[in-house]
Amino acid sequence: MAGKPRLHYTKGRGKMESIRWLLAAAGVEFEEEFIETKEDLEKLRTDGVLMFQQVPMVEIDGMKMVQTRAILSYIAAKYNLYGKDLKERAWIDMYVEGTTDLMGMIMYLPFQLADTKEKNLALIIERATTRYFPVYEKALKDHGNDYLVGNKLSWADIHLLEAILMAEECKPDILSAFPLLQAFKGRTSNIPTIKKFLQPGSQRKPPTDEKFVAIVRKIFNI
Amino acid sequence: MSGKPKLHYFNGRGRMESIRWLLAAAGVEFEECFLETKDDLTKLQKDGSLMFQQVPMVEIDGMKMVQTRAILGYIAAKYNLYGKDLKERALIDMYVEAIIDLNELLMTHTFQPADKKEQHFATIVDKATNRYFPVYEKVLKDHGQDFLVGNRFSRADVQLLETLLMAEECKPDILAKFPLLQSFKARISNISTIKKFLQPGSQRKPPLQEKDVPKLMKIFH
Repeated sequence: MAGKPRLHYTKGRGKMESIRWLLAAAGVEFEEEFIETKEDLEKLRTDGVLMFQQVPMVEIDGMKMVQTRAILSYIAAKYNLYGKDLKERAWIDMYVEGTTDLMGMIMYLPFQLADTKEKNLALIIERATTRYFPVYEKALKDHGNDYLVGNKLSWADIHLLEAILMAEECKPDILSAFPLLQAFKGRTSNIPTIKKFLQPGSQRKPPTDEKFVAIVRKIFNI
Repeated sequence: MSGKPKLHYFNGRGRMESIRWLLAAAGVEFEECFLETKDDLTKLQKDGSLMFQQVPMVEIDGMKMVQTRAILGYIAAKYNLYGKDLKERALIDMYVEAIIDLNELLMTHTFQPADKKEQHFATIVDKATNRYFPVYEKVLKDHGQDFLVGNRFSRADVQLLETLLMAEECKPDILAKFPLLQSFKARISNISTIKKFLQPGSQRKPPLQEKDVPKLMKIFH
């Protein structure tokens, strides 16, 4: 029947990384087919398997899913990481959109020119510490539970952990004013499926370096 | 109880327009509170009403919801415009995310500096007619049904109609090569709630004029 989900993307983080995180956290094994050259991308396009000519694309349950959020929502719902009702789902969506905005900023950093890069790094740190992290710190403080929503692990927790680790790569002490997020990070990292994903040899991808930026520019013509 | 949803935004389309469309299509009456000055925005930020200090914000069912996608998802699910199961939902999400991408292009057109406008316009037309519209034309052709997903009205239909109309404002004959999208447009426009929303006097907002841009910049910058 369906087999393992199969991910089509480059061998880097980009927009696929949150999908890898979510599948891993849900304990779902997946395969990956890497786009290494412009020709690989062209082939996927001419094969007609990319609905809008774009990746990420994930083959899952007989579908060739595209659009990052669509894929993430499907996985979250399928593996019970999307809350128990409409309202919990609303909260999860709000939190996830926040971490998506933050991670989006970090994702584009390696692609920027030196002077904009410095400015944007400062902006990322400012946004992280004054706009985003305070929200999650307060959420954890207000209810005192281990997880962001409904006292149960959800997509929002997994996404937040991913964002925290990415932000720490930008500035290692970025959580210094957020004790509850530090505890959250320790706790969530220890969940067995996530712990496994955080170990060397997993399918988690490293931060994007200059060499990889050049490859990505060639593949996507940007 | 909670009463009507209350929308907080400036008096223009921007990111709130899709929310207005969806509420209207669902037959839900709503109120609007317009930000006219920077102080209006600052006040909302200071009184803790904006989770990430941003609008859109919609007061609905006891929540102060932010983040456009979260709001749209909630409304769609609440009013049964999100398909009947996980797979229909997945299809709706795929269609809707691409529509949002195209909307983003259309929405930012008025903000383009003069020297970039022509190129931007060309990009819009290229993406609309080569990347996005062919997909929806084919979907309608393949199943021959009135609605995009599950033979039933959903948020995907509402959001596609909104975008088709916006694209036509950009280039009136942009649907020339898409006969099924043309009939889709007519058909969905005729749904009573939507027909009402398309009439003068509704809460639908007009396209942003260049002369309004400075005022907007003052509020958000």
